[in-house]
Amino acid sequence: MEQKELFHVKKPGIMTTFQDMGRTGYQRFGVPVSGAMDPFALQVANILVGNPRDTVALEVTLIGPTLEVLEPMTIAITGANLNPKVNNVSVGMWKPIRLEAGDVLTFGQHHEGVRAYIAVSGGVDAPTIFGSKSTDMKSGFGSMLEKGTVIKGDSDNREVASLVGLSQKVVPTYAKSVKVGVIEGPHTDLFTEEGRTRFFDTVHVVDANSNRMGYRLASEPVTLKEGSDIFSDAIPFGGIQIPRNGQPIILMADRQTTGGYPRIGTVISADIPKLAQLVPKGEIQFYPISVEEAQDRYIKMEQFLYQLEVFRRYV
Amino acid sequence: MMEYSIIPAGDKAVKVWFHDDVSPGLNTTIQRFCDRLEAINIAGVTELVPAFDSVTIYYDPTIILYEDLHREISEIYETPVKNGNYEARLIHVPVVYGGEYGPDLQRVADHNNLATDEVIKRHQAREYLIYMIGFLPGFPYLGGLDTTIATPRLENPRASTFAGAVGIAHEQTGIYPVESPGGWNIIGKTPLHLVDLEADSGSFLFKAGDFIRFFEVSEKEFQEIEKQVNEGTYQLDISKKEVEEDVG
Repeated sequence: MEQKELFHVKKPGIMTTFQDMGRTGYQRFGVPVSGAMDPFALQVANILVGNPRDTVALEVTLIGPTLEVLEPMTIAITGANLNPKVNNVSVGMWKPIRLEAGDVLTFGQHHEGVRAYIAVSGGVDAPTIFGSKSTDMKSGFGSMLEKGTVIKGDSDNREVASLVGLSQKVVPTYAKSVKVGVIEGPHTDLFTEEGRTRFFDTVHVVDANSNRMGYRLASEPVTLKEGSDIFSDAIPFGGIQIPRNGQPIILMADRQTTGGYPRIGTVISADIPKLAQLVPKGEIQFYPISVEEAQDRYIKMEQFLYQLEVFRRYV
Repeated sequence: MMEYSIIPAGDKAVKVWFHDDVSPGLNTTIQRFCDRLEAINIAGVTELVPAFDSVTIYYDPTIILYEDLHREISEIYETPVKNGNYEARLIHVPVVYGGEYGPDLQRVADHNNLATDEVIKRHQAREYLIYMIGFLPGFPYLGGLDTTIATPRLENPRASTFAGAVGIAHEQTGIYPVESPGGWNIIGKTPLHLVDLEADSGSFLFKAGDFIRFFEVSEKEFQEIEKQVNEGTYQLDISKKEVEEDVG
């Protein structure tokens, strides 16, 4: 399909990147997965504009970009509420929006959450590297949005069947203090009983020095036993590693493929969006959960997305 | 039978952990285990990541649940396999040592009270096993460095180390596949590309379980090989190496 010029980037925002569901299949070669920090919000945005769920979209962080629209198109904005406006008028989130050439999309004051997603019907253009269009700056894959550039895309100017959005009842809210489920392991035996107790019983604060690679937490030290060195192993999204200083680091989308610190557990997939939307200085409490229950919750989330996708096709 | 455990690493990954000393034999066991998993091709399994003493299996719980995957893995592992020798790849890697290509060669020589020629000789004398790939796309973790040329990391890591840099850090040697900050002592440079970012399907020179042997080339030869690599005409020298599986 012909590539069209979709947006002129008047202001890039502090960190706006291209994200899809990440790079699958290359971790054994050391290629990080990357992808959306909040996969739920990304997928809903895509479904609302009639795209396949894993289509690349813009991930906006706290301070959004200013984009001048160059072609008529349908977009949807999900995730953090950063007060999006079109031509200075607030627009709704979690619903399709029609834009015309000459419209200007801006973001205002931060209300809640951290990361918003802008999906465009037909998708936006970014280089495909190892099967994904996700920006991974540390690996040198793609780049952040830059001022003065143009975002292209395959926009077919498709009008989605309706502009009906998500019911308010199912729109997520993003708290500044969250409780997230953790599947313990794989290095459970390396922690002292006191360390484990503190991990689950105290409140952890997200350090400002947190990013797409990982969240550093300020915590009561989670203590390890003596001689608890491990050999590096693969680290999943949400893995919680504990270095010697006892301050946890939650590994996020841009994490390396492998790491050498003991992990006390892994945040469950269904709770990753809560973390992705947690503001700096936000608070986290962890609770243990079984792998069976975690998978049950993940499957419910997937069923919701599947049903939304089916519904979208007919409405 | 070697002892192992199967542990969840979250709700989309499981770690198969082999309780044995890290060794070339264990590495062969791990590579063979990955081969078997791939041959059986369990529906829902998306990726395997072999490491020093484990294999992490990523999967989609909407297709296979933990309990079922656990059972399938146990069955694979408990199916007896024919013991015997297994052929690994031995990849010959050209390196120009010293000078602008190896700014820390003298430091490595000084640290070990050796002449630079002797460092080069010892670095080339061994075959190094790639235990795993990680840290950077295509970065090989190599085992088997001659400890008489081991050298601590740089006190002040470089903001940028060039792609192809061959380095030593403590008792490890390695190659930087891409430009990256780094604290390794750089003793030389290879003209080979460890990773081809342009190839969408993914093009990597090495995989876990391969062996590497370095051989010295002159600056002129380096430039000739570099030209051939860029043109896609370089004939990589790969030989076979027999390895034994450690069955515990």
